[in-house]
Amino acid sequence: MVLGNYKQCVSARATDRSILARAQDGGIVTQLFAFALDEGIIDGAIVAGQGEQPWQPEPIVATTKQELFAAQGTRYNICPNMALLKEATRSYGLDKVGVVGTPCQMQAVRKAQLYPVGMRYVGDKIALAVGIFCMENFPYQGFEAMTEDFCNVKLESAAKMDIGKGKYSVYTERGAVSQMPLKHTLKFVQPGCHVCLDYVANLADVSTGSVGSPDGWSTVFVRTKNGDDIWAKAMAAGCFETKPIEEVKPGLELVTKLATDKITKNQKHVDERATFGVRADGSGKALRSYL
Amino acid sequence: MVQPVAEVVEKPAEKPGDVKIEQKVEVTKEEKPVAEKITAGHVHLSGCTGCLVSLADNYEGLFKLLDDYVDWVYDLTLADVRHVPEMDVAFVEGSVCLNQDLAVEELRETRKNSKIVVALGGCACYGNVTRFGRGGQWNQPSHEAFLPIGDVIDVDLYIPGCAPTPQQILHVAVMAYLLLKGSDEQKELATSYLKPLMDLAKRGTEACGCDLMFDVINQSLCMGCGLCAASCPVRAIDMVFGKPQIDTSLCIKCGACYAQCPRSFLNMDVINEFEGITELVAAAMGTGGE
Ligand code: SF4
Ligand code: SF4
Ligand code: SF4
Repeated sequence: MVLGNYKQCVSARATDRSILARAQDGGIVTQLFAFALDEGIIDGAIVAGQGEQPWQPEPIVATTKQELFAAQGTRYNICPNMALLKEATRSYGLDKVGVVGTPCQMQAVRKAQLYPVGMRYVGDKIALAVGIFCMENFPYQGFEAMTEDFCNVKLESAAKMDIGKGKYSVYTERGAVSQMPLKHTLKFVQPGCHVCLDYVANLADVSTGSVGSPDGWSTVFVRTKNGDDIWAKAMAAGCFETKPIEEVKPGLELVTKLATDKITKNQKHVDERATFGVRADGSGKALRSYL
Repeated sequence: MVQPVAEVVEKPAEKPGDVKIEQKVEVTKEEKPVAEKITAGHVHLSGCTGCLVSLADNYEGLFKLLDDYVDWVYDLTLADVRHVPEMDVAFVEGSVCLNQDLAVEELRETRKNSKIVVALGGCACYGNVTRFGRGGQWNQPSHEAFLPIGDVIDVDLYIPGCAPTPQQILHVAVMAYLLLKGSDEQKELATSYLKPLMDLAKRGTEACGCDLMFDVINQSLCMGCGLCAASCPVRAIDMVFGKPQIDTSLCIKCGACYAQCPRSFLNMDVINEFEGITELVAAAMGTGGE
């Protein structure tokens, strides 16, 4: 279950040049939602828009392609997209909701569908759930410290951030790059990520991320019947250029390695919780584990 | 506060004609070639009937449920039966008012006569808005001791929320049917599905938005997804810098946020099967394959 169930896995990139030009990697999420909007597969999508602080994401419901395009790119801090899951079907009146999120957010989507404790008439309106690979996430303040204190770039003047090849990199508008080793970012990771056992969004309809594919391309897992159906339509419409994952470098081997590393490390943490903070007489324990 | 228990139980059946009609319907049902049904009913304590309305908000789903899976044997609103009969599953709506002997009696009767007691909705599980009852209200000014039913009887399963959602009620009803009448495999699935809701019942009779602080954030489990905020019926939760911020003065103690949070429970054996289970429920409801 390291990579979850999937029907197919490819390396892909958007064929729309304007999407690709602004994309973090292969522009998969934006292109897929734009296609789904055009085709009426979704009425809108919950994506990460711009929040109050520089580089702070804030969930928005995008109902036009312009809004989707404005939300492109990755910001490495928490964006609580699930907060709009019900609202999208209420104030925004969507009957077919698209939603993008981290693996844990895909777990939230499925729990909302299977155990709709507070989600009246929402579950059946989730029309397309796109997951993004995720190793860990940062609270805004940690992300700010990494960028400003370690990489010495004011958030206001950063043009792009990127995590890859063992480094956190910040690119400025003037073309400078500053980097810090990923291991120094660890102390800023939100603690809730340490119990997370999913790297490639196993519960999404379609999940995607840069790892495994060459620069400018993304690895795509098509997982559910629904995802397969939509992906096939998007392919038929010429939305994506694809290569078999077996033919690209570094390929699935790297995805599997990173997924295994993450799960092994976090499983160890989960196991440690069983005894962490237990009293001398063996009673009590400090931290619950939900698993 | 609505006090339907005393009124209705003491009221003589005014229209015996209605009874006959009910019985006729029963007869027609029995003639249908349906699988063995479970018996279930709705017990109305100090609640607003919103939980029952939520059940009805399954629309065709409710008819399907009653046609094929459940004999609805007790319900002040829908079935003309005076005393709590024996049944497989009792859905209890509302908290129990300890200032009213009859309510306590009916609840004890329910426990005695039911295989599974479900606390339906925030009031039955946690007291919910009835927690704010402080006496002096019309038309029962001396009623003030509104307690979650778990304070008086053993409860098997919780469906939190205000109102509980039609979909969550339907899922529990279908799973209860599979648990009691399904194949071995279905029984196993139903057990896994229902277990976290049974664990909620063991967890206690108090709920608040604060649970997200105490049992999720303080436990280093929150990852900022925001689902809690979406689930709150009174919008008491804002996401601030990626964590829930609770306005406790708005919180009505319904328990939805904590139960909905993917970090309160996430039983992967069930969640991983989301596609299959969704199809199963759709097939059971005759809505699949569209
Ligand atoms: S590491 Fe896991 S818990 Fe943390 S943000 Fe990513 S998917 Fe969510
Ligand atoms: S639902 Fe749970 S994990 Fe998600 S933001 Fe709320 S408390 Fe945190
Ligand atoms: S914060 Fe909202 S969802 Fe949570 S218990 Fe209070 S009212 Fe219910």
